[in-house]
Amino acid sequence: MGIENKILVKLKSAGFRLNDKWLVQGVSLQVEKGKIVTLIGPNGSGKSTTAKIALGIYKKIDGEVEKYTNKIGYVPQKISIDWTLPLRVKDFMVLTDNLDDSTISEALSLTGVIHLKDKNLGDLSGGEFQRVLLARAISKKPELLVLDEPVQGVDFTGEIALYELIKKISENLNCGILLISHDLHTVMSATDHVVCLNGHVCCSGSPIDVAKNREYKALFGEQASQTLSIYEHKHDHIHTSEGKIKKN
Amino acid sequence: MLDDFFIRALFAGIGVALVTGPLGCFVVWRRLSYFGDTLAHSALLGVTLAYSLEFNIALSVFIISALIALILINLQKRTNLPGDALLGLLAHSSLAVGLVVIGFLSFIRFDVMGLLFGDILAVNVNDIIIIWIGGAIILLVLRFIWKSLFASTVNYELAEAEGLDPDKAKAIFTILMAAIIAISIKMIGLLLITGMLIIPAAMARNISNSPKQMILFSVIGGLLSVVIGLFTSLEFNTASGPSIIAASLFLFILSLLKIKQSIKLKN
Repeated sequence: MGIENKILVKLKSAGFRLNDKWLVQGVSLQVEKGKIVTLIGPNGSGKSTTAKIALGIYKKIDGEVEKYTNKIGYVPQKISIDWTLPLRVKDFMVLTDNLDDSTISEALSLTGVIHLKDKNLGDLSGGEFQRVLLARAISKKPELLVLDEPVQGVDFTGEIALYELIKKISENLNCGILLISHDLHTVMSATDHVVCLNGHVCCSGSPIDVAKNREYKALFGEQASQTLSIYEHKHDHIHTSEGKIKKN
Repeated sequence: MLDDFFIRALFAGIGVALVTGPLGCFVVWRRLSYFGDTLAHSALLGVTLAYSLEFNIALSVFIISALIALILINLQKRTNLPGDALLGLLAHSSLAVGLVVIGFLSFIRFDVMGLLFGDILAVNVNDIIIIWIGGAIILLVLRFIWKSLFASTVNYELAEAEGLDPDKAKAIFTILMAAIIAISIKMIGLLLITGMLIIPAAMARNISNSPKQMILFSVIGGLLSVVIGLFTSLEFNTASGPSIIAASLFLFILSLLKIKQSIKLKN
């Protein structure tokens, strides 16, 4: 095994149950160095849960997680910060790691928010905050990046630029990325491996394989596999409480 | 004018303020003021036990407070009661049990007012040593868990995901809370210790825009409160705890004026 395909994190039929309800079940996947793995699936399909299992936030899980790195950058989907804390952008940047000033500035420049460095975190707009979150995650030059809808709330041109940046980061830092995204176009163009979730792994493989897959078509609609850009979700099966599939 | 007991009280108060400054910021940030109150109330039980068993007061208070914290964490897991109800339950029942035990200890002359509100006359050289050594240990431990504690205060999941240990930091912080209450109970009194933690930190929040700045102002505010409070206590013969807390309230009101000013400037 060469250095290029060093495994960073590996899930072996992992699942997580909250109050007797499976959020996600039987997920196996691995993220290697320099590769982008994307999780797609409808709302409530267990994408964020899978990311949190991989990160070790959820501890009482089914199956196994093997983590081979501690240098991790995380952009959570939802983040609530308590404003009883006076926190500037530059304080937030060094939250989990000690970075020097030039490293902080460099990362903020990359995501286009260097002008906000001394601003209070509470004064930022949603899109600005999202860019700061991404800058924070990449600034520590992680081996593994976990990005849970990293461009939500970012304007259209910014969105494209940030996805290009993410791709560039994975090449420059040679880090592995676990990406959760709703933008199927981006997913298909930038990803090495796609995992399609719906409470369990519906299908997985290279973007082209997945686009051709029957279950993927069923989940996202015929059009999605043709244009790769329209997000449409049709159910052809429902999930029983045990996570089993029942055809309509 | 400056008697020996006053110098001792000043030394003890400065030692306490140096520790309550940073700890108080975390109490405000993590919304733990009622938790602090509960631990402080349970301290009475610790004091009575210390008297009846002829045991060191600070150590006994520390053990009882830490025990109450453990019981609280356990109850939170076992019952469906909301956190504030559990805090109230533990605070008042431990205070009540403490007072009942005092009733049984009629052979010892008790200065209950001193326990509740602090008594500078009672501070001896031993207490000063406990405050300074205990305080130094508390600050050292806080420095050690700082990264995990602060990161998880901002966001638990980020801290957990990126290799820090929020759960351990939280447990250690709880012990530090019990420790600060144990070393400052003679100075401030158990009804007012939480005030010493919260009010200077709240004052600092009004005038600072970064975490480190808030801690610095909180320490300065605490030191000023101790010095002003003790001088008034000496001058007007008032209890030391209330005088210190009143001084910190005065500083808090001053910090509100500063906010008003900056809002005016913005408009």
